[in-house]
Amino acid sequence: MAQWILTLLTFVPVLGAVVILLLPGKSVDAIRRVALAATGLCLLMAVWLYQDFDRSVPDMQYEVRLNWIESFNIQYYMGIDGLSVSMVLLTALLGFLCVPASWNIQRGVKGYFALFLLLETGMQGVFVSLDFFLFYVFWEVMLLPMYFLIGIWGGPRKEYAAIKFFLYTLAGSVLLLLVMLAFYFNVTDPDTGKHTFNMLVMMDQANHSEWLRAGMIFGYSAPVMIWFAMFIGFAIKVPLFPFHTWLPDAHVEAPTAISVILAGVLLKMGTYGILRFNYPMLPDVTRDFSYFLAVIGVINIIYGALVALAQSDLKKLVAYSSISHMGFVMLGMSSFTPHGINGAVFQMFNHGTITAMLFLLVGVIYDRAHHRYIVYPNDYEDPDLRGKLGFGGLWSHMPVYGSLTMVAYFAALGLPGLSGFISEALCFLGAFQVHRTMTILGTLGVLLGAAYMLWAFQRLFMGPFNERWKDLPEINGREIFSLAPLAVIVIVLGIYPAPVLDLLAQSLGELVKDLNGPVMSVLQQ
Amino acid sequence: MAEAIENAIAVNLDGLQYIWPEIIVTFAIIGIVTVDLVLTGKKKAVLTGLSLLVLVVCLFSIAGLYDEAPRSLFMGMIALDGFALFFKLLIVVTTIVVTLFGLQSRDIDADRIGEFYALFLSVALGGFLMAGATNLLMMYLALELVSLPSYVLAGYQKQVRRSNEAALKYVVYGGVSSGIMLYGFSLIYGLTGTLDIYGIAARLGTTAPYELTLFLGATLAMAGFGYKVASVPFHFWCPDVYEGAPTPVTAFFSVAPKAVGFAMLARFFYVGLSAYDGASGTGAALGVAWPQLLALISAFTMTLGNLTAIWQRNLKRLLAYSSIAHAGYMMMGVVMLSSAGLKAVMFYAGAYLFMNLGAFLVVLLLAEKTGSEDIDDYRGLGWRSPWIALTMSAFLFSLTGLPPTAGFVGKVYLFAAVVDGGLYWLAVVGALNSAVSLYYYARVVRAMYLEKPLSDTPVVISPFATGTLAVLFVGTLLFGVYWAPLADLAETSTAIFLNGSDAVQAMVR
Repeated sequence: MAQWILTLLTFVPVLGAVVILLLPGKSVDAIRRVALAATGLCLLMAVWLYQDFDRSVPDMQYEVRLNWIESFNIQYYMGIDGLSVSMVLLTALLGFLCVPASWNIQRGVKGYFALFLLLETGMQGVFVSLDFFLFYVFWEVMLLPMYFLIGIWGGPRKEYAAIKFFLYTLAGSVLLLLVMLAFYFNVTDPDTGKHTFNMLVMMDQANHSEWLRAGMIFGYSAPVMIWFAMFIGFAIKVPLFPFHTWLPDAHVEAPTAISVILAGVLLKMGTYGILRFNYPMLPDVTRDFSYFLAVIGVINIIYGALVALAQSDLKKLVAYSSISHMGFVMLGMSSFTPHGINGAVFQMFNHGTITAMLFLLVGVIYDRAHHRYIVYPNDYEDPDLRGKLGFGGLWSHMPVYGSLTMVAYFAALGLPGLSGFISEALCFLGAFQVHRTMTILGTLGVLLGAAYMLWAFQRLFMGPFNERWKDLPEINGREIFSLAPLAVIVIVLGIYPAPVLDLLAQSLGELVKDLNGPVMSVLQQ
Repeated sequence: MAEAIENAIAVNLDGLQYIWPEIIVTFAIIGIVTVDLVLTGKKKAVLTGLSLLVLVVCLFSIAGLYDEAPRSLFMGMIALDGFALFFKLLIVVTTIVVTLFGLQSRDIDADRIGEFYALFLSVALGGFLMAGATNLLMMYLALELVSLPSYVLAGYQKQVRRSNEAALKYVVYGGVSSGIMLYGFSLIYGLTGTLDIYGIAARLGTTAPYELTLFLGATLAMAGFGYKVASVPFHFWCPDVYEGAPTPVTAFFSVAPKAVGFAMLARFFYVGLSAYDGASGTGAALGVAWPQLLALISAFTMTLGNLTAIWQRNLKRLLAYSSIAHAGYMMMGVVMLSSAGLKAVMFYAGAYLFMNLGAFLVVLLLAEKTGSEDIDDYRGLGWRSPWIALTMSAFLFSLTGLPPTAGFVGKVYLFAAVVDGGLYWLAVVGALNSAVSLYYYARVVRAMYLEKPLSDTPVVISPFATGTLAVLFVGTLLFGVYWAPLADLAETSTAIFLNGSDAVQAMVR
């Protein structure tokens, strides 16, 4: 039974989608309940995995391995290590919480939840696949529901945002496809003597062909070119500067729950991919590009924060804050030190929960006020409102909403005692041992983060109450149901991070075992 | 002398048993024309039944021939091998599907449906010969046998202006291309002294030819092949003909002649202008660097097809440019001069059959209801007729190459062949082209789902059409999830018959 848990976890949502498709479109409540049940079941399985997972070994667990297409040696091969478990848990949690957050979807409810569940299958599949081909299929399958979810249920510029997201990520994916094939033809499974898509076999350098070690493409080193093709494929997803321009559009136009999934889970796939593919498969190149990764991370931190500071639209601010926060992940990853790498993955998890809260909170206010301007922009349609505060003094009017927002904003800016602080601190701690200048520059991001978060909070919730919004109802039970678990996690992990860090330690140590030795020796010189 | 003649007669008579599909189709053409003349009244059902029956019988006879050892027939005119049989299967399946289309389309006059079937079967017959031809003269004749009925089919709607325009353009371009091809053949004949492609390879293998003349010959011959597969720079006829011809005819043109065009092209270059080793599945070009030439044509074809498709508003024209782009993708497989490349081309042609015919079927069904092929008229189709829109999306995403569809797997095989062969620049060009193609395919999807419906009335289609659509849809998805049967068939069909010279020698002796 245990070996089928990953299969179930991946395909239960799609079964739910089939059930939903069979229901009549009018029975909206039944559709929602099926979606809730399917994602709830997923969450239960993820929690079971979390507690059953053996943390003391770095090996892949719950493996299932079947032949799929024998002539091409493609396998249905799934398994998880600590890194995957953390991401699976995050996906299942956000997937479940996003169903109630989608309660107010009115049009095409059937299609919405069917696509949402298909999306969850794609996401879980990405995190549990150990066969490159299988991984790629899930990676791509995810794009389709995302395109429709943004394009149909999104905001005013939804068509543009949806196709931009789709084109950007597909451009990255096709590079990944070529990388996958290049690996296939240059990796030989020592057991069978055949080429393979098995990712664990690809991670062992001994199985690489001579070309993959020292060959040339277009007059450049083949491993470096492959590393970059792969890196760009993942960087678009993260998104790393300068491939980030799809993110503000997609995040802003997507409906609330989809923004949560985009920021909470999809961005993590980029860094997950870099950790799962670039790091262990081409460690020598990765080591050479450690500084490059750090610089990219710092650019993301500073650039994202500065742009966030300039936003008048609250959702855009949150979107750009994601770019900044993913920069912390990159900076931590670039160090290859235990602190840095654990911090990076912990930051991935924390950013998932915190940014989910931020987007849900934006959704709450947007559903009520039908706008989300911190300050009305200078080209706003009503000239009287231009340059005026969008809200103001909301805390006195909506105390529960204000307090939840406070927790989320403080977590996002890295206040000690909340989870974001620990992961950011670990990232800096790890990175400082290796890239001092970059880490010092990166810490500026924390300062800027505090600036844009607090400034936004001040303009929205403090000061005199804006009487225009006196009829706004307080946050309701359904919304609290989505937000409260996240707030609890943020607080608990801020005080006691061991539940996640214990999960990661062994697996990440294994992942960077070929990397941290030489970097350390550089330091000692 | 007399003995030689007797021997030749015996060889030719012996060959008849291996061309059952051709014989059946030939008699079917005569039969349909006769029945059409004799019968009055309700001919449609009889003629449709007859041609479907013939095609199904054909399918089985082709499948039966797979067991025969590969051989050369009719003194080196055509080859019987898995490679030819695979493409014959494709033609038959395409013809069956298009016959079913014909029933749905009001472009096809019920009174003249006999003509329609007879012409289709003639094209199929020509296609069979193209797939197997191993002699330059035979290649030319087979190509013309495909082309001539095609011209008539394009102009099938005599009263419709654009149908006539399509036919005329097709004739003019076709005439010029085949003239150029003949000139190329004559140069090759002049250089090697033989029309037999095995003989050409043998000659090129022993003596170095004048490179420039050979290059010119191969390039000019490419005009004929390029015209059939609609590759740059011989693609100009394609959009106009596709737009003007009746939709079932267009659907047929976009799959069958293109596929056999690739079969003939691959056989010409692999057997005639290369030292290709079937056992190892690799080879080297002889005398002229045609892989480089084809690689350039491939890159230009897909890029031009994709970039031009972006600007189209008429869905049939859009699919025409998309079919040009797909010719470019398939060309990548031929360029590799490897059995992996051939397998990829064949697999892709199989996948392309399902997805492209499916897309055209939706165009046809919609045009029947709305009278238009404009993308704007697809607005809100996803809300009006969810199932039709769902299948259309699947076909379009398959054409883009997204999993889990057959088109994705086809692209994987093509790119795998290219990456394995080390032609990375072409792989990158192909991959980026796939990403670009998403833009225009997604425009149709966007119109169907993201834009407001024109009306709320669902598009009602006949159960018959629903069935055809369902089969194509299931095929597109099934071969995207479990494609081993198609891949294995393509694998076993990569065996091109290579010992033609020996076989002909043995026959004459």
